Amino acid sequence: MTRLADLAKLIRSKNAGPFWVTFDIMFATDTDYERAAAAGVVTKAWVAETYRVPEADIILVAHPNARAIKFSFPRRSVQGDPGESDMYSGQQYAPLMDLEI
Amino acid sequence: MAFDGEAGPVKVFAPTGALGMGFLDASLARAIEWQPDVIACDAGSTDSGPSHLGGAIPKMSDAAIYRDLSRLLKARDQLGVPLIIGSCGTAGTDSGVDWTADIARRIASETGLTFKLTCIYSEQDGAQLAERWAAGGIAPLPGAPDVTAETFRGCDHVVAMMGAEPIQAALTDGADVILTGRASDTALFAALPLMRGLPPGPVWHCAKTIECGAVCSSVSRADGMLAVIDETGFSIEPAADDAIATPLGIAAHTLYENADPFLIREPAGTLDTTAARYTQLDARTTRVEGSTFRHEPYTLKLEGAVPVGYQTVVIGGIRDPLIIKQLDPWFAEMRAFFAERAEELTGLKLGDRLLLDIKIYGRDAVMGDDEPAPVPASEVGVMFTVTAPTQAIANDTARFVAHVASHWPIAEWDGFISGIAYPFSPPEIDRGKAWRFALHHVVQDVDPLELVRFKSEVVGAA
Repeated sequence: MTRLADLAKLIRSKNAGPFWVTFDIMFATDTDYERAAAAGVVTKAWVAETYRVPEADIILVAHPNARAIKFSFPRRSVQGDPGESDMYSGQQYAPLMDLEI
Repeated sequence: MAFDGEAGPVKVFAPTGALGMGFLDASLARAIEWQPDVIACDAGSTDSGPSHLGGAIPKMSDAAIYRDLSRLLKARDQLGVPLIIGSCGTAGTDSGVDWTADIARRIASETGLTFKLTCIYSEQDGAQLAERWAAGGIAPLPGAPDVTAETFRGCDHVVAMMGAEPIQAALTDGADVILTGRASDTALFAALPLMRGLPPGPVWHCAKTIECGAVCSSVSRADGMLAVIDETGFSIEPAADDAIATPLGIAAHTLYENADPFLIREPAGTLDTTAARYTQLDARTTRVEGSTFRHEPYTLKLEGAVPVGYQTVVIGGIRDPLIIKQLDPWFAEMRAFFAERAEELTGLKLGDRLLLDIKIYGRDAVMGDDEPAPVPASEVGVMFTVTAPTQAIANDTARFVAHVASHWPIAEWDGFISGIAYPFSPPEIDRGKAWRFALHHVVQDVDPLELVRFKSEVVGAA
């Protein structure tokens, strides 16, 4: 089996403003992108379960021009509130890496 | 401004992703030779967290702003084109604009440059916003926290993110250098091309692409981009000779720090990139066509930060496997004790205005409850953060937390243990005042110029 981390050229997470977090999964070739998209492992249901957010709050898009799969949802705690663990949301993508394609 | 179908192309130069991040002298030289119609870049963002807004603390140093601004002021002078800097001082507070204007005046006095400077302020009065809120003139955006009128009054600073219109007003008034408070990054680049009558689809998409500088190109260093906008689209290339802009990279830039890459809201409406086509024009240049802009009722987004108190941090490490195997009950026991002791010493209940956060690095500090594999390493780091109404209470609390935690017993050892390794003496580090973002709202039924104030002067005149 291939892990998503092996297929993607970049997996990243980042704030999209202080109230949202967004995840980008980007591929080097159309073939890799299409393979990942066809595998259908990044779903709203998976995101909802992994990051414990309601499915209705999730934006999930395919962006063939950018060879990317992208999802976003409101942060469960606002950026910088007391108890913040990741000010830029830069390290929230790790669970995506082990998804099997 | 209406599009009359006869506008000529407009050349836009974005020297760097953020003023103070730097750019190559060679790239600037190439951009000057290319003869842009306008130079623009932002100097801020909410991305670095609430303290920059709450405390009006610039992220960049005076020296970093001076270096970039002095080179851009000289370039502007040589070309005779406007220079537009947005979100001055990181958060775009009034003091951030004044701080940047002072640096510009200093540069002028040291270099002999003269220019008409217009500052556009966008900081808001919390009490006036509270009234507007009560009257129903402010609406939450998706993901916004609950607010009351008191939230607006309680913010140390609130800014309204301006659109292109105030910048256009300053350009019409003959400003050479425009320093703005909080502004939509894209508005800085869109202002002049829209005034020249170019269609809003290509203009806003170009502005969105160019606003982070060379991040959208093949190099990730801080540097510039050049874009020509015309009636059907825009063409974009890096300022640096050794970098290229590819259709993939330019398309991918719509992903960056953006919740939705296809629909991007601006004060005047929404940019729709769904139908955008990206093609390679030459070895270094990408062409983009097909984006549209839908005008919608004008809104201005608010950003506000309220104080949460003062913080003291304690950092330590744990190596004993007997402690590491029982971290949760160990910290739960001592937390219960801390709650009692805190109330004795400070009269405050832990969890109300006095907060204690404990993070275990090497287990789940980064992802918290979302961590899929919360398995501790053979040594773990622990970070205690105390948040309290005053620095003295935060420090007092952290002192007994640090002391008590390091000697909290475990059943396996008989006697007085030292269970946490502290690197510093004293282990407590005061962080000062802390804030949180309190607003994710828009002002509705608002004129584009209603929430800004202008101040113009001629700088450097004998």
